Order: sequence, then C-alpha cells, then structure tokens
Amino acid sequence: MERNLHRQLANMKKSLFDQGYLDEQFIQLEELQDAANPNFVEEVVTMYYRDSARLIQNIDHALEKNPLDFAKLDNYMHQFKGSSCSIGAKKLKNECTQFKEYCETGNGEGCKRTFQQVKKEYAALKKKLEHYFQFARQVGPVEKACRPK
Amino acid sequence: MNLGGLQAVKSMSVPSSSLSRKSGDGVSDQFPAGLRVLVVDDDPICLLILEKMLKKCLYEVTKCNRAELALNYLRENKNGYDIVISDVHMPDMDGFKLLEHVGLEMDLPVIMMSADDGKKVVMKGITHGAVDYLIKPVRIEALKNIWQHVVRKNKDEYKGKDCEQTGSVEDGEQQQKPPEDAEYSSSANEGNWKNSKKRKDEEDEAEERDDTSSLKKPRVVWSVELHQQFVTAVNHLGLDKAVPKKILELMNVPGLTRENVASHLQYRLYLRRLSGVSQHQNGLNNAFMGPTDATFGSMSSFNGIELQALASSGQLPPQSLAIIQAAALGRATNKSPVPVPLVDQRNLFSFESPKLRFGEDSLLNNNSKQINLLHGIPTNMEPKQLATLHQSAQSLGNLNMQLQSQSSQSGSLLTQRPQSQPRTPLLNEINGSHVSTLPSSLGQPIMSQALPSSVLPRNGIENVRGGTFGSVSQPSSALDFSVNHGTEFPGNSFPLMSNSGIPILTSKGMLQEEVKSEMKVPRGYLPNYDTFDELNQNRTQDWGVQTDGSTFDVSQHSNLQGSLDVSPSILVQQGFSSNLKSEQSRNIPVSKATFAVGDSRAGNISNPSQQLNSSPADISQRIKAERLPNMGFQNTFFPEQFGQDDLMSALLKQQQEGTGAVESEFGFDGYHLDNLPV
Repeated sequence: MERNLHRQLANMKKSLFDQGYLDEQFIQLEELQDAANPNFVEEVVTMYYRDSARLIQNIDHALEKNPLDFAKLDNYMHQFKGSSCSIGAKKLKNECTQFKEYCETGNGEGCKRTFQQVKKEYAALKKKLEHYFQFARQVGPVEKACRPK
Repeated sequence: MNLGGLQAVKSMSVPSSSLSRKSGDGVSDQFPAGLRVLVVDDDPICLLILEKMLKKCLYEVTKCNRAELALNYLRENKNGYDIVISDVHMPDMDGFKLLEHVGLEMDLPVIMMSADDGKKVVMKGITHGAVDYLIKPVRIEALKNIWQHVVRKNKDEYKGKDCEQTGSVEDGEQQQKPPEDAEYSSSANEGNWKNSKKRKDEEDEAEERDDTSSLKKPRVVWSVELHQQFVTAVNHLGLDKAVPKKILELMNVPGLTRENVASHLQYRLYLRRLSGVSQHQNGLNNAFMGPTDATFGSMSSFNGIELQALASSGQLPPQSLAIIQAAALGRATNKSPVPVPLVDQRNLFSFESPKLRFGEDSLLNNNSKQINLLHGIPTNMEPKQLATLHQSAQSLGNLNMQLQSQSSQSGSLLTQRPQSQPRTPLLNEINGSHVSTLPSSLGQPIMSQALPSSVLPRNGIENVRGGTFGSVSQPSSALDFSVNHGTEFPGNSFPLMSNSGIPILTSKGMLQEEVKSEMKVPRGYLPNYDTFDELNQNRTQDWGVQTDGSTFDVSQHSNLQGSLDVSPSILVQQGFSSNLKSEQSRNIPVSKATFAVGDSRAGNISNPSQQLNSSPADISQRIKAERLPNMGFQNTFFPEQFGQDDLMSALLKQQQEGTGAVESEFGFDGYHLDNLPV
C-alpha cells in the first residue's frame, strides 16, 4: 500500500516535471529537506504563494494605468520572476521572461496578454502543488513509519 | 527563521559540532565548514532557500533582507563574517552600492546574485568588485565553492593587507606577516588578491625585498581593499567634498595619514584625467574624458604645479589638487595652454600625475611626486592630461629624472618606469635613470608613501579597476601607484605590475618617476589606468605618457620599445592587457598622449588618439610583448580602470623604457594599450 502511494506520488511529481511545471530547482529544494525540516519544500511554496500574491496585485494595478510605466512593471516582474524561479516554477518563469521582454520594448498589449498567461499558470501551478503536497503528507508519515531506520 | 522581519537571523548550520569555527579563528580543520556568510536579499523566498542551502554546506549563515541592516551588522562586527552574498536588486539600496561599501569598509569578498543574467549587469558586478556573480535560481553546488573566494582574498591580503591597514606599510614587514591575515576577511574583492599580490610584488620590488628598513618612510600600499575604501569614502563625500581629511576619516584606517590619502587622491584625479573614462561609476569618471591631447602643453605646466605641490608636501596635499587644477586650467606656467579639463577633481587627480611627469623640471619634481600619487589611483587618468603631460615632455624629462632619482631613492617610486621608454625625449632621459636629478625628496616622499614603486603599479591597476574609484585620485602617497587598491579591480589585480617593479605610474605623473625609479613598479600599471578609463572612450589620454613614460614626445614612440621591458606585466597586469594592447597598438601620438588605454580593454581600445607618435606604437607593441604576458587583466572589465591603469602602465612602461618620452604625456600610447595582452 505504501508502495503504491509512493509510486503514485512519484508519478505525480514526474508528471509535473514532464508537463513543464517544475524544473530542476524544485529537486534542489527537495534535497534540502531533511529530518529537521521534513516539509521544507511545502513551507517554501506556501510562503511563495503568500508573498507573490501581493506582487500579482501590484502588477495588475500597474497594468491598469495609462500610460503604462514599463520600468515599474519590469521591476515588479523582476521580483516575481526571482521568486518563481527559486521554487522551480518553470512555465511561470518563462512567462515572466516574456513579460519582461515586452516591457523592454514597450509593448503594452503584449504585457497585458502575457500577464494573463502568467496568472493562469500561477493558479494552475498552485493547485497542482497543493494537491501534490497533500498527497505527500499522506504518504510521508506512512512511509516514515514503514521505513526501516 | 523570521523572514518577515528586518532582522538578520543567524543560524548555525550544522548540526554537529563541526562548526567550530570562530571568528578570527583562521582556517579551522573543518574549513570550509563554519564559514560565516551574510546573505542579503529582499526576497524572503530566496533568503530562506539560500539559508537552507548554506546551512547544508555547513556554513554559518546570517540572513538579512535589507542592505542597510547588513551594513550595520558588518560594521558592528568587523571580523564577524567571511563572505557576503547579496542580491542586485533591492529596494533600499542597490546591490552594487552595498558591494562597494563592503569592499571599501570591510574588504570582504562579496558575491552578487540576481535573476538577471544580462551581460551588462554581470559586468557591472565585476567592475564593482564582486568576486563572483550567481544567477538565480542559485543551486547549492554554486554555494559549496564560495569559500574559495575567502581563501583567495586572505591569501592575498596578508601580503599587503597590513600595509593598507596601517597606511604605512613596510614592505618587508607586511609581507612577513604571518598568515594570520589569512583570516582577514576583509578583502572582499577578488581583486584583492591581485592587489595583495601586486602590493607584495611591489613591495618586493621596491627594492626592499622585504627589507623595509631601507625605506625612509613607511610606504603606504594602496591595496585593492584600501583603495576601495578610499573610493567609497570619496563617493560618500562626493567629488567636490572629497578632501583628504574627510576621506581619511571616513576610511578610518589606522596608520593612514592624511598625506597618504591626499597623494592617492591626486593620483586618482590624475588618472582620471588621463583616462578620460567616464565610466567610472563614481563620479570620477568624468574626469577622464578630458581632452588629452590638447593639454599637452598645459600638462607640463600643470605638472610643475603639481609636482611642486607634491614636493612640498611629500604627498599631494589637498592643495595640490587645487594647484593641479589650477595648473591644468591655467597652465600658466608653461607650455601650451592645455585645456586641461580640470573639470572634475578627478581629472585633476588623474591628470596630475601625468602632468607631473611632464612638467618642467621644477614641476617634474613636483610632478613626479604627484604622479606617484596618482599612480596608485587608478582613477581616472585622463588622457588629456596625459597629453598635456606629454607636451611638457621636457619637463617630464626632468621629472623623470627627478622621479628617477626619487625613485631610486625610495626605491619604491611608483613611477619607476623603466626608463626604457624613450617616448618622449624627456622621458627618455629621465628614464635613463636619471633618478639622480629627481630630488630625492620628491621621489621619496611620494613613493614612500604609497609604496615604493612596486606598490604603485600594482595598485594603480587595481584601482583602475573599477569605477570604484570614482575619483580616487587621491594625492595620497599614492605615489606608489601600485597601491593595489585592491578595491578597484576586482579581480584585476593588475597584472600589469607584474614584476618589473616598475612603479606603475598610473598617474601619469608617476610615469616619470617610474621610469626612473627603476621600475620596481610594473610600469604596465600605469597604462592600465588609461585603459580602463578610456576603455571605451577614446583615450586621448596620453597614454604615451604612461606607458612609455619616455615616449612622451610624440615623436618618440620608439622609446617605448626600449623601456617597455619593464615588466611587461605592468601593462599587462592590469588585465588591461587586452585593452592596453589595443591601445598601444594604436600608436598614440605622443603629443597627445592619448592613451587610449582604456580602450584596449574592451578589446578595442579604441585607439584613442593615441597620438603618441608612431613609435609609441612600436613601443607599445614591444611593450605588449613584454608586458602583456602578465596582464591578467584581460578583461577589460573595468573600463574605467583601464584608463587608469593603462595610463599607469603606459607611464610606467615609458619610464621603463627609458623613455624619455614620458613627457609626451601619455602619448605613449603606442605601447601601452596595445601591448597589453588582453
């Protein structure tokens, strides 16, 4: 049973990677987990979603202004991108890069369009990760209990 | 971990007792475990992750989400950290500014990081003295190796660190210092190691070979770290208000005297002028751009003044700057009304040096002193200034002579350029080793302060390194141009200075001295200045002056050749080599001394007006060959630096070459820039 759960969890993770939601950085985070911080990754991701929500809002507001302040937008996005890539959010990172490019060229429409994508990816990843962690919590303790020390 | 607050959380990494490292403990057995890292990033996520990673590497981590706070921590506990990792984009303070501060005040290695991997930003990190630049997301593998920067810095530091700290380093002593310095965690810049190395070399070369007692005065080695501190102080004060006294206070380096600072400042200004590089971030850059060639004539006169100033004070007293400026502006004294752009103090500083060299006899004396001062300051030697210097080739000659004499005396003459550069007639003669003419007092005071020749060149280069110097043209005993400011070149530890001991006259003025001084200081140093500064700009600087020292005269280019032998490294060292080289090849018309030194760095050292007469080109070529080998600089990173360094090296070279050409003010170009192996 545990094995099954484990396998399921592994599959979940694999699919996240295959679909491009996550990248190598996520693995790095997982490797940082240890006995002292068994839920490190989940903590980080939770913190990420909490912090970045504010940034998303800021960008939304800034995009409503007219004319657009590209420098500011770029600045916000730079911060958002930094956080996103720290947790290994691959697709999200790419969208951010795209957004920044539009900022540089002063393409307001491109920015708005891309940002919609960003928000979509952001929400989708959030759901997937929540699901993943939930599952991992189930599997985790069970696993530990079963694992020979 | 309390990420939300502004506090810095100190966490001990490691579970086991392995972290037994204590501050000031030096390298423990478990090293690098226990390395004390300070992480600064406004992004809490990154901060958290980094902390975890660093802990995993068994380092002692302190988190901080604000730059100001980080500085406080560092200041409160000077030896409490070994290395700093900082983000580039932070709301309260730019990461680069923090980098500068740390480099100047604490001299710790600083690693920059950012999600931004654009070449410009990375380059900026380097020019500001970062020992490394990491792209986010940072992997743990990248962090596992950061201890190397600490070791590297300490290794170099010990060499000359003491020197800087005390301000009056005795060559031998400093170096002898036991590696307790290894734990110095002060040098933050990569360049430090270079500087240290340079300093050390210089010191060694300063004929004292570890025997400081022979020096009359304790030599101040402007290591990279020290220089960075200087630059930081200058930036804090603002170019206008950067008076030696205040700078000294800000720097707060025990043992450093106001005169040291004053000399260094002069030198820096000189360099600025020579290099005319505007890149110096620090404001001093502007000075560089001065019209190098035009001022040839004025240079000489200017030099005279400067020299005098120098002479009188032994170091460039604050007034000297004024004098120089006045000289530059008014050039009343002689020769051509060089439009020396006194504009910025920087210019002055940088300019001064070259001028010194070229200045008339009387000036020479003064100049030489000044030159030395500037040498150490890779700040912005403006090519223009060099040019003017060239003009005063005659005076330079004298100067060189003086320098030489001085240098010989001080042994450390910054500008100990290998007299080989006959670029300018003056230089040539001077280079010849006239040292005798140089009033010993001249050379000595200057040199002694900064670093007997050897020191300068190196430092010069280092200083040049980056815009950090901004306008460091402190007249301080920068004679030793070689003062490896350490700070400046972050990594460029001016290879120029390699060994020839030829004092890199970074400050043009110094060149002359260099020449004479037996070049302890790697001549190349001077040119570096130019290269850096001028790097991208036309270095009208009188490269020629620098490199050849001797080639000041426009026609003398050829002089360069001879003297270049100075330690090819001089030019090279600075890393300018690449830049310098290009410049050199340019053949800076001596008269103009357009050392386009800086340009070479960029690989395209746009031949700034290297008007040094054709011969310089030859010389530079030769110099290149000779010197370049060491140019570790290769990277033209610091365009600004190059200018200065180039100048220095150029000057040095010239001197070494026996120049004579030094007078042509920086016109040495022929050799400098191009030769520098990039």
